[in-house]
Amino acid sequence: MAETKLFGYGGRIVRVDLSRGEVSIEPTPEDLAREYIGGRGFVARILWDELEPGVDPLSPGNKVVMAPGPLSGLFLPGSGKIEMGAKSPQTGLYGEGNMGGHLAGELKFAGYDALIIEGAASEPCFIVIDDEKIEIRDAGKYWGKGAFEAEKMLKDDLGGEFQIATIGPAGENMVTYAVVSHDFGRQCGRTGVGAVLGSKKVKAVAVRGSRGFPVADPERVLAKGKEMYEACFAKPGFEEWTPYGTAGVTDWINEIGAFPTKNFHTGYFEKHKQINGPTLRDRILILDKGCMGCPIPCGKYSKVDYKGRTIYVEGPEYETIALMGGNLLIGNIEEVAYVNYVADELGIDTISGGSVVAFILECLEKGVLTPQDVGRDVKWGDADGVAWLLERIARREGVGELVARGVKEAAERIGKGSERFAMHIKGLEISGYESRFAPAMMLAYMTADIGAHHNRAWAITYDAAVGQDVIEGKAAKVIELQHVRPLFDALGLCRLQWVEIGFELEHYADIFPIVTGWDYSWEDLLRISERIWNLTRCFNRRERPDFGRAWDLPPPRWLEEPLPSGAGKGRCMSRENAEKMLDEYYELRGWDANGLPTRAKLEELGLGFVLEKLELD
Amino acid sequence: MKLAAREELCSGCRACELVCSMKNFSQPNPKRSAVRVAGAFPAPGRFSIVYCDQCGVCAEVCPVEAIRKVDGHYEIDADLCTGCMVCVDECPHGAMFSHPDDDVPFKCVACGECVAYCPRQALVDEDGEVAWAGVEAKKRAV
Repeated sequence: MAETKLFGYGGRIVRVDLSRGEVSIEPTPEDLAREYIGGRGFVARILWDELEPGVDPLSPGNKVVMAPGPLSGLFLPGSGKIEMGAKSPQTGLYGEGNMGGHLAGELKFAGYDALIIEGAASEPCFIVIDDEKIEIRDAGKYWGKGAFEAEKMLKDDLGGEFQIATIGPAGENMVTYAVVSHDFGRQCGRTGVGAVLGSKKVKAVAVRGSRGFPVADPERVLAKGKEMYEACFAKPGFEEWTPYGTAGVTDWINEIGAFPTKNFHTGYFEKHKQINGPTLRDRILILDKGCMGCPIPCGKYSKVDYKGRTIYVEGPEYETIALMGGNLLIGNIEEVAYVNYVADELGIDTISGGSVVAFILECLEKGVLTPQDVGRDVKWGDADGVAWLLERIARREGVGELVARGVKEAAERIGKGSERFAMHIKGLEISGYESRFAPAMMLAYMTADIGAHHNRAWAITYDAAVGQDVIEGKAAKVIELQHVRPLFDALGLCRLQWVEIGFELEHYADIFPIVTGWDYSWEDLLRISERIWNLTRCFNRRERPDFGRAWDLPPPRWLEEPLPSGAGKGRCMSRENAEKMLDEYYELRGWDANGLPTRAKLEELGLGFVLEKLELD
Repeated sequence: MKLAAREELCSGCRACELVCSMKNFSQPNPKRSAVRVAGAFPAPGRFSIVYCDQCGVCAEVCPVEAIRKVDGHYEIDADLCTGCMVCVDECPHGAMFSHPDDDVPFKCVACGECVAYCPRQALVDEDGEVAWAGVEAKKRAV
């Protein structure tokens, strides 16, 4: 078999067709690598090319693509990220998430730049990739087990060197916010890739690689890697940020009125100091746990004695503190860790899962649902009740079935005005930033390709820097961030060294050419990131013919209800300002008034092929 | 240089494995690293580090005397080595390694890179010859 000689790449793509029980290995196309880099870029282009338009996300026709990037698995800070995507069963749009740990590197070391899983198995199975030896095996004994319980069993059965991704019961039961889990605490959390694996009856993917992969200039790559670590070691944040990880931001987010509290009723939680980073470290942390190559491990591995049970959980990290702490009014770190653990084992995204539970609690509070409807009464702040609801959701029992496809669909089914407090954009629940007093952050949520997730543009720091009441100029910053941050997802890197301790972006521009041998500037890479951004926007339009401006609007609560407390008290996003930000955003992007890329824009970005499958002006 | 570990500090990032394989084999490949990290999860939730402390058992058991002490550490003479892998089986630390593509085993050559670049300072040089790279980096940054 011919293999493309690419530097920084494994050089091959592995395809597993579950319906036929066949495995094939293809060379990684050089033009795909040159034009889409890897990771998110590979996911987007492969899904565009290979999915039948309009495919049912939970049918055998959908595909899961897992892809590290050219900088994954290298001796450089944060080289542990893998991207996973599919058409999302929750939104019906482009779906993608990423996670750290060690799977990205291991796939590269086995010689692969992407794993494509297609078709569906008739019985529970798992995929084993051991260099060239690739098998689809029976997963009967693992099916039904918790995500990390199954990972432990597989490690014991296969050997500790295998890097393993699993789904929990929620994924098996196709709850559309089911995660893919890995490394006893990492999750590809958003848009329900775990449910797509569940629909294919794939419990796990296990990878071991011994080949390594080539880099263009090994001596310089080693020297540059050293320089990058030294730069991290010298940053004040190396020592100041690391002890708390993402949980360290909890106090500040409360100060600026952006902490999701009581289903985004408000942006300030009185008990936030009882669930913040220092409290976590002081009370439950046993280990700082890092992903591959990470100098600033944000994994806060914890041990909690909860009502006679000893549980281990990686976290809670900030998003879980927000969505399963403040947003559920749980003001105790041990209880947040406990519900985090329950969600993790069940394989439920703590962001969407926290938001779904908050939605149920508000339905109960407002009498939209009765305790009889739900199966029991659950009050705000009741950790055991929350755990009970998460179990119902994962098993799709009773109320769990009603909410198993997220708050948007649940509100459509329940009615009675519940859509006014269903907190989502494009059908994806909002992550940990109340944005009525943070317009750039709100615009970032409004325009993120997968729905309301922060990782495309964490613009809230910009709001704080230039004014939380300023509307003008926010669009340009959001666009800039939407090109930089997703570029990390294409390169196969973690962005936190840059975001959290001020590690300079120039380092990545320096290392890309000596790894790949390609003379790309940072601007060249950003251009590719813009290409990917426009492609995923077109994917959404292709899958939903009415996709456009209306899909970019924030939920009613953010447009209609002024914040009742906190730094943003009295603030609300007016419809007029939301539309104004969109106008500015679309214009800067070269999109039409309905938020669709123009032909000229697509051609400028080398996306002319899109027009073969999509009508645009 | 004599390696020692402070395992309670290890975050499992495996920068040691990555720098070792880059330095000694010019490729990113932990399966060609002479230091290895293993996790015990979910409980008790900690990492252990497999490393060579230059104890010399490999030299004692080598049937062809292919392993010799050079500048305070033990090195394999690949020309003499027959690839019998007795040293791999007998190493009390599990720190002699073989790779499926190679005929001869490999071991730590005491280059010290893992000590210099462990972000957590979980690997240290008991002889004090190799320092953590952050010490100098911090001075330069001031």
